[in-house]
Amino acid sequence: MRRGTPILSTVIVLLGAAYFLVPLYAAFQFSLQMKRGELSLEAYRSVLSSSVFLSTLTFSAVASFAAIAMGALLVVPTVYWVRLKLPRLRPVVEFLSLLPLIIPPVVLVFGHIRLFGSNSVLPLTMTASGTNVLLVMGYVVLSLPYMFRAVDNGMAAIDIRTLTEAAESLGASRIRTIAGVIFPNVRSAIVSGAFLTFSICLGEFVLASLLNRPAFGPYMVQLGQDYAYEPAALAILSFALTWTLMALMQLFATRSPGRRRRAPLKTSTTP
Amino acid sequence: MTTIATDALEETAPRTAPRPPFLRGARGRWDWLGALPYLAFTALFMVAPVFYLVTGAFQHPDGGFTLQNIRDLAAPNIAASYWLSIRLSLASALIGTVAGLLLAWAVVLGGLPSWVRSAVTTFSGVASNFAGVPLAFAFIATLGRIGLVTVLLRDLFGFNLYGTGFSLFSFWGLALTYLYFQMPLMLLVVTPALEGLKPDWSEAAASLGASRFQFWRHVGAPVLAPSVLGCFLLLFANAFGTLATVIALTGSNFSVVPILLFQQIRGNVLYNPNLGYALAVGMIAIMAVSNTLYLMLRARAERWQR
Repeated sequence: MRRGTPILSTVIVLLGAAYFLVPLYAAFQFSLQMKRGELSLEAYRSVLSSSVFLSTLTFSAVASFAAIAMGALLVVPTVYWVRLKLPRLRPVVEFLSLLPLIIPPVVLVFGHIRLFGSNSVLPLTMTASGTNVLLVMGYVVLSLPYMFRAVDNGMAAIDIRTLTEAAESLGASRIRTIAGVIFPNVRSAIVSGAFLTFSICLGEFVLASLLNRPAFGPYMVQLGQDYAYEPAALAILSFALTWTLMALMQLFATRSPGRRRRAPLKTSTTP
Repeated sequence: MTTIATDALEETAPRTAPRPPFLRGARGRWDWLGALPYLAFTALFMVAPVFYLVTGAFQHPDGGFTLQNIRDLAAPNIAASYWLSIRLSLASALIGTVAGLLLAWAVVLGGLPSWVRSAVTTFSGVASNFAGVPLAFAFIATLGRIGLVTVLLRDLFGFNLYGTGFSLFSFWGLALTYLYFQMPLMLLVVTPALEGLKPDWSEAAASLGASRFQFWRHVGAPVLAPSVLGCFLLLFANAFGTLATVIALTGSNFSVVPILLFQQIRGNVLYNPNLGYALAVGMIAIMAVSNTLYLMLRARAERWQR
């Protein structure tokens, strides 16, 4: 298999690397050219000192955290309960978790706007706070496949039946079992689901724009239409943030008790 | 072993001692209540909105049943949007599949040091999540009218990229930009299939006198085909739903289907709300078909990966 291939594969990898790295370098170089004739961090200073930048970023960060909390509260008890008590419901629950992959965000928010609009029984879009709730619900839906997959894999790696048995024979209530035993054991899985959710929601454009929320995604698009150098700086900042999140996720993922799909006979046998 | 022991406990325990509390309600009539929050959430925020759009697509503005909205999707401007979306998604999925497969082959089977592979894989994890607005900005700085590569080509080689008819803000520019998240996605999903090509097979083929071409023609390609085709469909769906990147690049002038729907939601540009619903349902149908085929092909491909 390996005869004579390294030249060809080296060329392919170098071409791939060039394709991936040139746009990053270009954006970086572009972002330094705001002052004519010299390299400066002026574009970054301009972005970071803008109050709109801070307020939209804060808004989106809060919305993302709300979506993470809501998603975890929804997914963890459900996956636990279905694995423990309702195995026959599992295909349904899993199918529902995959549905967002075939519903494009623009279609989802279209349905939300119509269903929760002015003449609905639950007119969420009529108030600002109601629209914020709807935005967070939309984000929970968008990130559901990733959160579900992460938690489900984490739950498969621990023996929830034995843990539940142990907790209850020590007198723990159902709620306490979930909060005190199951949650900590799938913590790393939740964290990796949370990072994915965060990276999806922070710069999200479609939902935020169509719901008229002062979020980071619409701000970035507006900035791209009005300015030249600041968007390049934003691209670099955003790439750095994505990179940091993924690095943190890798860190947490490798620290999980085991990433096998099947539960081992005894828990935590894998390093 | 653990499960067997638990099952045994479940069978014998009632005769000797009261069942432990976690087993007492094992067949409880109210167990399904535990799944209720999840089912209610997905029903309210996922199924009901889609159902609303689907029923709306088959109704007159005044409420009666009709197929007219679906027929109206064939109107020239809408059909043109779908055709543009499909062509762009096919082009970007095809380029992404070929490029991603080559890159995956190079790092998995290409005989390169293992750090290259882990570097490429890690980078792909980041790049496949680096979509949307920032990606568009990076490409504007690269291939825009005063982008780095455009200017370098002009100054060093006297080559006017935009003189050739290329524009970052047109079909091939978008396809090239999509490649930035399509190629890494392809690499990530096809790597398990390439790993599934066991070295034993090529050794067995070689010991029976097969050339490398014969090995790929009769063993490698047939085993990989379902995976590659499935990944192609995944990439197709991925491109079809892309909206933020297009808006950031072209400012909603490039009327793929998501853009048309975006404008319809903003301001009823089709002058018929029910036609808007039909447009959305058409998108779901295309996404559903390609994703379902992807999952079926993946299930088929996984037979070889055990």
